[in-house]
Amino acid sequence: MAEKERKELKAREKAEVSIPAEQTKPGPTFIPAVDIFETDQEITVLADMPGVKAKDLAIDLRENTLTLSGDVESPEGKKEEEVLREYPTGNYYRQFTLSEVIDQSKIEAALKDGVLRLRLPKVEAAAPRTIPVKTG
Amino acid sequence: MIIRRIGGWPTWEWKSPFGELERMRREMDRRSEALTGPLLREPLAGVFPLMNVTEDPDNYYVRAELPGIKADELNISITGSGLSVAGERTMPAENEKAGYHRREREAGKFSRVVGLPSEVDTSKVEARCVDGLLTVVLPKAEEAKPKQIAVKIS
Repeated sequence: MAEKERKELKAREKAEVSIPAEQTKPGPTFIPAVDIFETDQEITVLADMPGVKAKDLAIDLRENTLTLSGDVESPEGKKEEEVLREYPTGNYYRQFTLSEVIDQSKIEAALKDGVLRLRLPKVEAAAPRTIPVKTG
Repeated sequence: MIIRRIGGWPTWEWKSPFGELERMRREMDRRSEALTGPLLREPLAGVFPLMNVTEDPDNYYVRAELPGIKADELNISITGSGLSVAGERTMPAENEKAGYHRREREAGKFSRVVGLPSEVDTSKVEARCVDGLLTVVLPKAEEAKPKQIAVKIS
């Protein structure tokens, strides 16, 4: 392994979000950690949303606002009693404003091991045209 | 209650005036908890991954959020009353030409041990990792399970 020594992961508390609309379900809502990167063709969003099932994940792109929201069911059974609690469980919510125009029909989303991978292809840029000027 | 304490004989809080304050603070905590749900009382261990431990009469349940980590990348071992979870979170290299807007997710190694309140049956421990959520079910050892004791009527 040529690369430098791998670093240790640090424990981080989940960041809680205060969203404008009030929730119908009580409980905290958290901001998922994301990576966003862009190439000439597309924007990719990776979001850590542990505990979210594919059916409970909603991705919404309206105008140029991208909204990710994931509902998390409490994994604990009803009869279980708490011994130690280090992290809270709750839904995830995050919004982004996109500056690029996205081709809505080609968006791909995959959820694997609690990580969402969202591909947002850009609308193909209009081919540069030279406009001939007529002389008349 | 108050009248009794003023007029009565001070007994248990007599030694320290702070004893009463401490008792009031605990009472306040208890009441605010009733309103807002359980507080994070335990200090954070500060070691990744953070863990929640629950129990029912038969098992302990240890849960941790490990997004993007596959089950076979985890190394879980158990010794009597301690559970150790170690592994590494790797992130595949993305397109080199890509420019990053945000980079909040982290990769790295981790190793964590969590102590359990009592002995567990190490041969029956089960672990599964679904949707980035690790759940380890640890059956309590027979001698640690609560037992119903019948009261005999003589």
